[in-house]
Amino acid sequence: MKMNGADAILRCLEAEEVDVMFGLPGGAILPLYDAMARGTTVRHVLARHEQGAGHMAQGYARASGKVGVAVATSGPGATNLVTPIADAWMDSTPLVCITGQVRSFLIGTDAFQECDITGITIPIVKHSWLVQDVGELPEIMKAAFHIARTGRCGPVLVDVPRDVQEAELDFSYPDSISLPGWKPPRRGHARQIAAAAQAVAAAERPILYVGGGVLNAHATDELLTLAESAHLPVVTTLMAKSSFPESHELHVGWPGMHGPKWSNWALNKADLIVAVGARFDDRVTGKVSAFAPGATVVHLDIDAAEISKIRHADIPVVGPLKPVLAELTKELATKKVESRTEPWLRQIADWREQFPLRYRDDGDLLKPQKVLEALQELTAGRGDLVWTTGVGQHQMWAMQYIECNEPRTFITSGGLGTMGYGIPAAVGAKAARPDATVVCIDGDGCFQMTQQELATAVLEELPIIVVIVNNGYLGMVRQWQDMFFDERFSQIHLTQTLPDYAALARAYGGLGFTVENEEELYASLREALASGRTCVIDARVDPREHCFPMIPAGAAALDLVEFPSESEVPAL
Amino acid sequence: MKHTLSVLVENKPGALMRITSMFARRGFNIDSLAVGPTERHDVSRITLRVDCEHHSLEQIEKQMHKLVNVLRVQELAPGESVERELALLKVAAPASKRTELMALAEVFGARVADLGPDSIVFELVGSPEEIDSFEELVRPHGLQELGRTGRLGLARATRPQRPRSSQQVMV
Repeated sequence: MKMNGADAILRCLEAEEVDVMFGLPGGAILPLYDAMARGTTVRHVLARHEQGAGHMAQGYARASGKVGVAVATSGPGATNLVTPIADAWMDSTPLVCITGQVRSFLIGTDAFQECDITGITIPIVKHSWLVQDVGELPEIMKAAFHIARTGRCGPVLVDVPRDVQEAELDFSYPDSISLPGWKPPRRGHARQIAAAAQAVAAAERPILYVGGGVLNAHATDELLTLAESAHLPVVTTLMAKSSFPESHELHVGWPGMHGPKWSNWALNKADLIVAVGARFDDRVTGKVSAFAPGATVVHLDIDAAEISKIRHADIPVVGPLKPVLAELTKELATKKVESRTEPWLRQIADWREQFPLRYRDDGDLLKPQKVLEALQELTAGRGDLVWTTGVGQHQMWAMQYIECNEPRTFITSGGLGTMGYGIPAAVGAKAARPDATVVCIDGDGCFQMTQQELATAVLEELPIIVVIVNNGYLGMVRQWQDMFFDERFSQIHLTQTLPDYAALARAYGGLGFTVENEEELYASLREALASGRTCVIDARVDPREHCFPMIPAGAAALDLVEFPSESEVPAL
Repeated sequence: MKHTLSVLVENKPGALMRITSMFARRGFNIDSLAVGPTERHDVSRITLRVDCEHHSLEQIEKQMHKLVNVLRVQELAPGESVERELALLKVAAPASKRTELMALAEVFGARVADLGPDSIVFELVGSPEEIDSFEELVRPHGLQELGRTGRLGLARATRPQRPRSSQQVMV
């Protein structure tokens, strides 16, 4: 069928069964927006900033398990997408970004809003295309979606010059395409899986160290079956939070810099670590040479490059996790391991008892942990919650206090640590899960980076609840300056009262609450959760509270610092 | 330790940049790099010389494999490959020195590509080590300019090919 390139892009999105895209128009992408006006089944959510559009697409992808789509114009529109692209790259979020480009004959002339976005993004995309001929568009779009979601998921970028969008082609969407250089592994090696099963069966203190890969692989059922059938304890990284039911007795927390002591001990004192779609990130390992010193490592991953990148894998299995986990379970069924792990599970349970998460709820000020506890208390058992977060102390408290039992219900920026991720990701998650109650746990610093997307939430009828753990500071920076820079506080004070967040929420057409004590907190959370509207709860908390436990940077995970005991607390 | 990698890539815009960018981003250094066509018009061969430990080499191979345009990565093991390089050397050559220089060139099989009143441009194809030696020998005569292509390599015809793709190393 004859049509122009812009219409063809929409037909491609429809063929890929995209139901929502997130974007913001501008000069070089005008033909695509004109095509949208002619009609498409794909809903367009108008963001207030391209970074917001990108994070929305990420939130959508993470909540739905599908590919997220973000659209922006050339130049500044495209560069505003760079942060979400980098974030998606670090967290392996499948993302197709479509950017407008200046007309082909202007490329290289420093034309208005020209920018080499394919060049800029080379280190942070799986692949990218500058479309030079409209006839290539269908194949490129097909390849873009295929590459984004196969192998290790991640972002791709399609840069389309304006004249290519306007040029005519005879459109048909290809059934298949040839990508001779793209061959992600299709199955794990049977002998390696057998060796992995052997190692698990022989271990006294095995543990499953689960990363975000298990969510991208849609392998959470297989993970649960494996853990249950072999009685293996499970730690989930920040990226894997929600991939394994946290109320399950085999879930033993979250390893890493702010993970509980029992979780870090379980991982670090194991004699066998089965890494499942995890990458031994420095936030998890602490000092690598001191990480899990007695452990043999089985590493299951779809990305061969992750094997032995940080920690040597004694038994690597490269392949898609869904079949690999299923085969490992099958292989283990022939060996009797169930009873073997009981003493180890008891040991971890003892540690859990011995080293609970602690904070001191004293004084007049609302404690940040209390905000998270209240949220958890009021939503427990509801089963319709999807959480997003910004980056910082509030994010770590969210990890510690919010219990997630369903996959894809905790959406956060892990690898890149992008402040401001929470609000737009929540809008995207709401678009993916209209039935869900989406709550963004944010910091006051994060909130001010992407607050304008509250307008998107209200006008696009994608209501979200934003709970600001407002300590008036860039809190994690404050904590580091306090602990490691001799309390020399430098450029971190944002103030708790400017802006007036509740008034701002009302200005954006939502509900705003300011809370300073427990009573107000519970009342406003109840009202917000029942409202079905976009709400901002400004919870003003004790600014001096630190996030514990903590593995100091460069220290061994086993040397993590707990919440100071009575005798160690400095006078406030 | 130095390693030579022979990489086949789709002849697409940006393919070379994606590879060099990966090296830069992951902190690997490229000693030399030669790019050119192959027997297939849609495929180019990149010969890379890198100086790194075995662990890094494995990472380099695996990371390159992930690039969509990369078709094959093969390490050219010493003794199992043919490696050649082309060099052009402009050497000061007053009349009194010419005979000596020509004799040197003959030993190495270097050709005279151009001859001027005060200097000679030699061209030499050989193993990178031979070129190093020739360069050393003409340097005292006044090496005015030097250009080298970087090494090119192919697996030997006399031995069966032993591809070393990271996928195969892994499993």
